[in-house]
Amino acid sequence: MQLSERDERMLAGDHGPAAKLAMSILVRMADVYGAESLMDVSQAHIDSTIYLGDATLEFAERLVSLGARVAVPTSLNVSGVDECGWTKWAVPAEWAAKAARQMLAYEKMGAVPTWTCAPYQTAMRPSFGQQIAWGESNAIAFANSVIGARTERYPDLLDICCAITGRVPAIGLHLTGNRAGEYLIRLAGVSDALQHDDQFFAVLGHLVGKLAEDRIPVVEAVTARPHEDQLKAFAAAAASSGRVALFHIVGITPEAPTLDAAFQSHAPMRVMDVTTGDLRGARAELTTADGRDLDMVILGSPHFSLEEFRRLAPLVDGRRVHPRVRFLVTSSRFMKEQADAAGALAPALAFGAEVTLDTCILASPMLPPEIRTLMTNSAKYAYYAPSLLNTRVTFGSLADCVASAVEGRVVRDEASEALWRA
Amino acid sequence: MARVIAGRAIVAGAAEGEALVSAEPLSFWGGFDFQTGTIIDRHHPLMGARASGLVLVVPFSKGSSTTTAVLLEAVRAGTAPAAIVTTGTDAFFALASIVAETMYGRSFPVIALDSPDFALLRTGDRVRIERDGTIYSDGPRA
Repeated sequence: MQLSERDERMLAGDHGPAAKLAMSILVRMADVYGAESLMDVSQAHIDSTIYLGDATLEFAERLVSLGARVAVPTSLNVSGVDECGWTKWAVPAEWAAKAARQMLAYEKMGAVPTWTCAPYQTAMRPSFGQQIAWGESNAIAFANSVIGARTERYPDLLDICCAITGRVPAIGLHLTGNRAGEYLIRLAGVSDALQHDDQFFAVLGHLVGKLAEDRIPVVEAVTARPHEDQLKAFAAAAASSGRVALFHIVGITPEAPTLDAAFQSHAPMRVMDVTTGDLRGARAELTTADGRDLDMVILGSPHFSLEEFRRLAPLVDGRRVHPRVRFLVTSSRFMKEQADAAGALAPALAFGAEVTLDTCILASPMLPPEIRTLMTNSAKYAYYAPSLLNTRVTFGSLADCVASAVEGRVVRDEASEALWRA
Repeated sequence: MARVIAGRAIVAGAAEGEALVSAEPLSFWGGFDFQTGTIIDRHHPLMGARASGLVLVVPFSKGSSTTTAVLLEAVRAGTAPAAIVTTGTDAFFALASIVAETMYGRSFPVIALDSPDFALLRTGDRVRIERDGTIYSDGPRA
């Protein structure tokens, strides 16, 4: 492998012990990836912020003790604790203290305390073609697919090494030729009305994640025009049920103006048709609760955006959460301020919603044991909560989540249900 | 040991243990409890199986970027698999092993197989991995 003079100096320790450690891990990984050289990135997003236990904390504090500083503008993913709100929940004090230490460690490295899994909806959103090093599966898929920025699927612990060195292995999705579609997934006879259902893109993402295996999927015959939060839901779902780091939707995502462009003029390795029945099956998989019991509605994985707060506001207007139910929105401190300034937060609070910042129910042990049944419009929450939290989940539209919170039990809109049955 | 499989050592090392095999990819975050060493992904066929000290054989890592961090915690806690065998190069598993060696002086071998060879391993096979990536298995001959 060919290292630049600066890489060699970093590896020799000329840029300090932290850069030496980061570069040594990076060089070993470049070998694993089969890279012939390293290349520059101009931004990083760090998923290693998630506190799991002593090892993640020791790794972060080791880097700080060696004097680590990020070399490029760097945003931070969710942490393990809502610093201002954790005492209202079941978070153990020891957990909160250690998770806060881990937050401090990454702040000390000079990263911007964005604390969000949706960094693409902050001021640090990258641009088309920009070379970046991002962690967090949903953010990777969104940055590559919806924005057309270029990141490999970086794991925790490597993302920060890339940020400290400003370098990545010159491989994978950084290179144009590796961004071509591989599997073609066609919607076959899926009605335009169903494609306009609020749940459609999350369900499609869940299904595509499974069908894509470890390949780049291209979705064709989408007639709906998804908004950004629907593409976000698709990306998060596909990166949970599968390992999708880049997808193309013909006519919608920036590297797929045509089918031919999406495949860079190659033939698909496989062609699959998706029917309404397949989508119905995928949707059913996201619901693991069997009755209508409801303890909590949970929104915001990935973190709730300003536009999502705006969409929620008219749905909750003049209504109240049922006294037996909790209604939680997870977002970031930055986005909460934006929503508040736009007048989109107050209606949710008046409704009885609670807001947890900078973390989520999957990354922080916040739910008390009496919360056993959840309802969500997030395929990512629906995918992970049964395993991570030992809860049962009902997946539904935003409107059904609100209506169910008001009723105190799971209710579904009949017109929407009819579309899924068709 | 009856069968010899030529693997590629992504992270070299020697290990020995019973194989735990699935054709389904796995996310360790949301899929593996590092405190107990058990697979907890309810969507996964190995749900409920203990992977600590075993040779885990899955095609690739899916899902969360945090898979590496969960594996690092597992190495620290002594609950990690003895080795991980995949099809193709899985950077996530490799990274966890490399960082574990850096932090704790303990790593585990990560071995890549060709797809046809992957299908030769079965849960319960007694498996020995050598530093050059060769896998010896007592599974039945093809």
